[in-house]
Amino acid sequence: METQLNPIPSLAELAAEGKVPEVVFWVGCAGSFDDRAKRVTQQIARILQHAGIHFAILGEEEACTGDPAKRAGNEFLFQMMAFQNIQVLNGYGVKKLVTGCPHCFNTIKNEYPDLGGHYEVIHHASLIQELLDSGKLSVRGGAFKGKKITFHDSCYLGRANGIYEAPRQVLEALDADLAEMKKSRAHGLCCGAGGAQMFKEAEKGVAEVNHVRAEQALETGAEIIAVGCPFCHTMMSDGVKHHNKEMEVKVMDIAEVIGHGLH
Amino acid sequence: MVEQVLFILMLTIGVGFFVRSIGKIRRNIFLGRPLQINDRKPERWKTMARVALGQSKMVVRPVAGFFHILIYVGFVLINIEVLEIVLDGITGSHRLFAVYLGGFYAIAIGFFEILAVLVMLACIVFLARRISGSPPRLSSSQLKGWANTDALLILGIELVLMTALLLMNAAEGAMPGAEVAPFLVSSLISPLFSGVSAETLHWIERLAWWFHAAGILGFLNYLPFSKHFHIVLAFPNVWYSNLEPKGKFANHQAVKREVELMMNPEAEVQAAPAESELPVKFGAKDVQDLSWKQLLDAYSCTECGRCSSECPAHQTGKLLSPRKIMMDTRDRLEEVGRNIDAHGKEYSDGKSLLGDFITEEELWACTTCNACTQACPVNIDPLSIIMDLRRELVLEQSKAPGSLTAMFNNVENNAAPWPFSPSDRGNWRQTSH
Repeated sequence: METQLNPIPSLAELAAEGKVPEVVFWVGCAGSFDDRAKRVTQQIARILQHAGIHFAILGEEEACTGDPAKRAGNEFLFQMMAFQNIQVLNGYGVKKLVTGCPHCFNTIKNEYPDLGGHYEVIHHASLIQELLDSGKLSVRGGAFKGKKITFHDSCYLGRANGIYEAPRQVLEALDADLAEMKKSRAHGLCCGAGGAQMFKEAEKGVAEVNHVRAEQALETGAEIIAVGCPFCHTMMSDGVKHHNKEMEVKVMDIAEVIGHGLH
Repeated sequence: MVEQVLFILMLTIGVGFFVRSIGKIRRNIFLGRPLQINDRKPERWKTMARVALGQSKMVVRPVAGFFHILIYVGFVLINIEVLEIVLDGITGSHRLFAVYLGGFYAIAIGFFEILAVLVMLACIVFLARRISGSPPRLSSSQLKGWANTDALLILGIELVLMTALLLMNAAEGAMPGAEVAPFLVSSLISPLFSGVSAETLHWIERLAWWFHAAGILGFLNYLPFSKHFHIVLAFPNVWYSNLEPKGKFANHQAVKREVELMMNPEAEVQAAPAESELPVKFGAKDVQDLSWKQLLDAYSCTECGRCSSECPAHQTGKLLSPRKIMMDTRDRLEEVGRNIDAHGKEYSDGKSLLGDFITEEELWACTTCNACTQACPVNIDPLSIIMDLRRELVLEQSKAPGSLTAMFNNVENNAAPWPFSPSDRGNWRQTSH
């Protein structure tokens, strides 16, 4: 896949030149450090550049939003992280953010305002949908035309914030054959990573959540399981591997699917 | 006259006990922390109309939803006949409404009888579901002891009450020269009474009437001790439900003050906390540390188990069950209430919700996915209780699992949950695959 990127400035670099970007790309920790998620990050950047959007990243000034700390019960650490991030963002006068992580999206959208951080924040699935609708981005089905794709709703995009249609509309723009799992949208099953589960072993049980969810995805007969969250991405990939289907079925982020179809 | 006096006495005692029980539940609920909920009123009324009155979340599961609506509609409308029973009992009249309704009376009673039959049908279906163990969320292995007995009792009592209603009407219709009967459904069972003397029929009718009246008062007094109390609390509970996006977890205000002081010491003077009467707690150890709304949630729960059947942790065999969180909260709250009754408000039995009822293993299994809050037909929020108890474990008792402590350290030192250097955050720009 072509991931040639034009240089991406940091907010500090732009500020030094007296410039302000249209939008700040909030990359998130997984998008910055996880190898698989980094490829998604590159695709999001590529899509933004393709659509002619002037954006910058925070780079080393970006810090964890505090979501895993808060949901693991460490409200102090969460609010300290929020305080730092809000100081940085307000310092640069940031108004609009796009992010590839539903957890960052949820925290900045819902929990930062009360702590003094008021921004317009958008998840990349919604942004891509807007760009497609306004004609700033056009895709062709190509490799995905008629292919069976199923979308796994991440809890923090779907139930948490009611965003169910944007990722589906994006996939439909590729003329893909969208198949729904038996549990989807508001009734979708979690991948098992939320609430800081990503960072600990699961409690004892009879099955792993991601194995069950991957099974539901595989039941649709889809060749591609589309996701919109780096944690879901990891969990679903592991789940598919558990069922020995990683050769036949790919787990891809919405941004990667669209990145393929760009022209 | 004697009958009237007896009835008024029974009614006074029955209603009196009910009011007393309600008073205790009210007191127990307000053992919780204060919380202001009176914003967005039009939206709250609409939500209550849709979710509680309109049963919109019940019908997500069509079979249970359909039969539940039969019982619900039957219960509400048949209560019109209960009003007549009460007035008859007080004034000594017989079928008071017949005088005012004329020919329409028999039609109305016939309609109630159809409802009574549908209620009985629904009760039989619900009993069959519980006894057959399908769906599993209703089987006694998930609902041990009192919870299962309670469920069977409610359905059984409803069946008996509806039977008494039909028998009463059938006896009325079988009486020679009956003025207001026969009625649509009960006339079908009137032949049972053929050959029975008018006097005996009169006694059967009176007996069924008294049984029905006493049964309803008894059932009313059973409610506060049963999950069936949801028929009352569902409405206020939905009115006070969380209208924010489900992903928004409230920021703890006491922590906010502390963090502001820590990060911005100059703010100390203006932010000097107006010392509130309540000690600052960062988490919840026992029911009194929860908000009154969370305690209202517990009393509104009817243990249907839809939350647990949607819960990813529960589905995969972990200990966590959101329904159990709600049942534990109610059980503990009732225990605290009984302690207050017996020993006064300052008494402590040394037990707590966290530890004695809900274990750490349950709490740590939650993925905060909100499937439980989505599934609940009366907008109960088990997740907020889980979060408050987790905060207690981490901030008050320093009992986070080791891997989570490592994650906290990473976030604190590296600004990411993994041990990577912040200076590498932008490196993805150079990587080329």
